Amino acid sequence: MYSRAYKLAVAIPPLLWVTLFLLVPYALLLSYSFWTVSSGTIMRQWNLENYRDLGRNWMYLQVLFRSMKIAGAVTMLALVLGYPLAYYLSFHAGARKDLLYQLVIVPLWVSYLVRGYAWKTILGSDGVLNGFLQYLHLVREPVGFFLYSPFAVVLVLTHIYTPFTLLPIYASLEHIPRHLVEASQDLGASPRVTFWRVIFPLSLPGLLAGATFAFVLTLGDFLAPLLVGGASGIMISNIVVSLFGAAFDWPLGAAISVCIMLLVLGMLFAVERTEKKWTFT
Amino acid sequence: MSGQSSVRRRFGWLATYAAGVFAFLYLPIVVLILYSFNREGVGGFPPRHLTLDWYRMLASDGAILDAVVNSLLVALAAVAIALALGLPAALALDRVAFPGKALFRRLVLLPLILPGIITGLSLLMLAVFAGMKLSLLTVIIGHGTALISVGTTEISAGLQKMDRAQEEASLDLGASYWRTFWRVTLPNLRLPLVAAGLLIFTLSMDEIAVSFFLIGRDNTLPLEIWGRLRRGLTPEINAVSTIIFLASVGLILVWYRLRTRS
Repeated sequence: MYSRAYKLAVAIPPLLWVTLFLLVPYALLLSYSFWTVSSGTIMRQWNLENYRDLGRNWMYLQVLFRSMKIAGAVTMLALVLGYPLAYYLSFHAGARKDLLYQLVIVPLWVSYLVRGYAWKTILGSDGVLNGFLQYLHLVREPVGFFLYSPFAVVLVLTHIYTPFTLLPIYASLEHIPRHLVEASQDLGASPRVTFWRVIFPLSLPGLLAGATFAFVLTLGDFLAPLLVGGASGIMISNIVVSLFGAAFDWPLGAAISVCIMLLVLGMLFAVERTEKKWTFT
Repeated sequence: MSGQSSVRRRFGWLATYAAGVFAFLYLPIVVLILYSFNREGVGGFPPRHLTLDWYRMLASDGAILDAVVNSLLVALAAVAIALALGLPAALALDRVAFPGKALFRRLVLLPLILPGIITGLSLLMLAVFAGMKLSLLTVIIGHGTALISVGTTEISAGLQKMDRAQEEASLDLGASYWRTFWRVTLPNLRLPLVAAGLLIFTLSMDEIAVSFFLIGRDNTLPLEIWGRLRRGLTPEINAVSTIIFLASVGLILVWYRLRTRS
């Protein structure tokens, strides 16, 4: 129905732009990871040196492992906070449902940076939390370990990604046909059995999507560690940032970025396949 | 009877838990706003000596005001780019069979899925490779490119709901493709276009990971705030954050309204 000219006119501009500003840059990142740096200049000789370095140097693997631990902790916490809230909204909020749903959305749109900053003012040694504890005479000296620790990174990222995690869970709970729930109750199942045998299994695709969001977004984060993490809260992307800054080893930084990218894409691929298996239609 | 009350007790616990999660989500926002009025600075408890001084200070802070102007500029340009390319991309995905279509569909979404650092670094490499100086222009290209996905997704959803017969009728009655596009397709897509535009605008105003690598001498607002955080905390940042918060909430309410209406 559409003419050749029409098809070319709508397909060519986005294809060109995306090729130039997405495909070429990603390809450059990949290329850099096979180059080396020698006395401040990038040598465009193809080799696997950077990847060998990554395999040999324990520090990188350790930080990657810590990043995955932090991402795992954030994912668990976001699920523990997000799932019951999503379930409450979907099944028990009654007339206030839409209002409460919008209340979940609002913090999502508060700038990432602003939320990180707000936690910093709360957790600092002369921050709001310490002020509060001293006001109540619960502690005499300010508590130092709230800020600049992996704990602070997990807390801030959990706060940021809980609404992200909740949204797909809520969407999948909303899609559960209510007559299935009623049938289960009519046949004498207790609320607990109905939840575990009917509702929870049907919400698994949403839970998986939410968990993936939280894990992937946390894994690549470098701002929260800089803001509240301190030396012990460094994550893998912080190493990339420093390699691109002061350390000036772009090729090694590119190699780590490629590893992060492969990890993320691999996870998304696995999740997509699992989701297809779990969706009963 | 006892079953009924045990159900209520169980869901009473659930409601309390839900309220707790809400408290966790809103605690930092409340603290942020509260301390923007606190003369003593951002720490301590309880806040006392409420004042508007920090807002006054903000109004005469040249660097912050410049950063706000830069951010608005970047966000508007990003909206223009992401819509100008997101619209044809959605049309192409909807009605053109071209080689690499499946790859294109996934590629466009990558900047939203991958950590921002990867997109930022890749574009930095392109800028260096092409000998381009880092400036607001590179940030605009970064935001525009990363957010095409938002335009494409929203507009594709709009196309799915559109009544195809109208376009066919227009073409059958002898209108050119161009005329049909302006008179039929575009007006039908007004709501998704506005909704996508608002969303892209808000995301761009807040974006930091991509900008971090592409910024030249002129800061966007998030990067200006970022720079100041390293020097110390002042309630001036609370004040500007409060204003951003209220502005984003306002925009999102508009977006939400449009979305529910369409």
